[in-house]
Amino acid sequence: MAQTNTLVKKEAGEVAATEATRGGIYYTPRVDIHETANEVVLFCDMPGVKPADVDVKFEKGELSLIGKVAPRSAPGRALNEEYGIGDFYRNFAISPEIETDKIAAEYRDGVLTVHLPKQEKLKPKRIAVKAG
Amino acid sequence: MSILTRWEPFGELQQEMARFQRQMSRMFDRWGLDSAGWPTAAVAYPALNLWEDEDFVYAESELPGLKLNDLEITVTGDNRLTIKGERKSPTSEKAEWHRQERSFGRFERTIDLPVSMDTSKVEARLDNGVLTIKMAKAPQAKPRKIVVKAE
Repeated sequence: MAQTNTLVKKEAGEVAATEATRGGIYYTPRVDIHETANEVVLFCDMPGVKPADVDVKFEKGELSLIGKVAPRSAPGRALNEEYGIGDFYRNFAISPEIETDKIAAEYRDGVLTVHLPKQEKLKPKRIAVKAG
Repeated sequence: MSILTRWEPFGELQQEMARFQRQMSRMFDRWGLDSAGWPTAAVAYPALNLWEDEDFVYAESELPGLKLNDLEITVTGDNRLTIKGERKSPTSEKAEWHRQERSFGRFERTIDLPVSMDTSKVEARLDNGVLTIKMAKAPQAKPRKIVVKAE
């Protein structure tokens, strides 16, 4: 079995440097980041967030990812509570290599994917070799 | 008892420190967190919230990136709920990983439910990565209202 059992929520501590005005607990979403020749792609797990409540912002060199979670009202009596429910929040400093106007994001099945394209001049180029 | 003892000016402080360290590690163990604050493998996956009302037992779990088809949910008559599935990792060719906090692979978890279930009445839905299972209690497991007659 893979390490799936380590996948549990973590409450946001000092990671969330900017304080929230909205009350309640914020969670630090788990993130994978990979880089290809043309872009940096960020995958962020935000389960329970409705697509309209995902907020991706880029400001002053920082990318902020916010997922607001509507309270899920549970009828009846709790038997077992293994995780808490709250908003997701995380900030990333973005390198100047990124073409910030072209940052694109999509949200599906509780996963937010952010595409950060590299600047044209930094992309690898194929140089045509002329036969003399 | 010997009169000559070794002079340990920091003995008491050391003992205090050791005690503090033991307390801290016990605290982290109890919360199932590693030193970086991420929960350790001691916690079963997927985490489940469970609640009940008079007629139903509900189970909820956060399973981002999965579709209902990726899951196998079984409720047996002897009141066991099993959630089985696989989270496939996104395939990417020639990518360099900077961060990998999410986990992928197969998982399976079985829990005992507090009462018997009517296995024909189980509904599961997966919305935005949150799985909700609604299970009907077996008729004999429901609380009965006993009318008390006043003479």
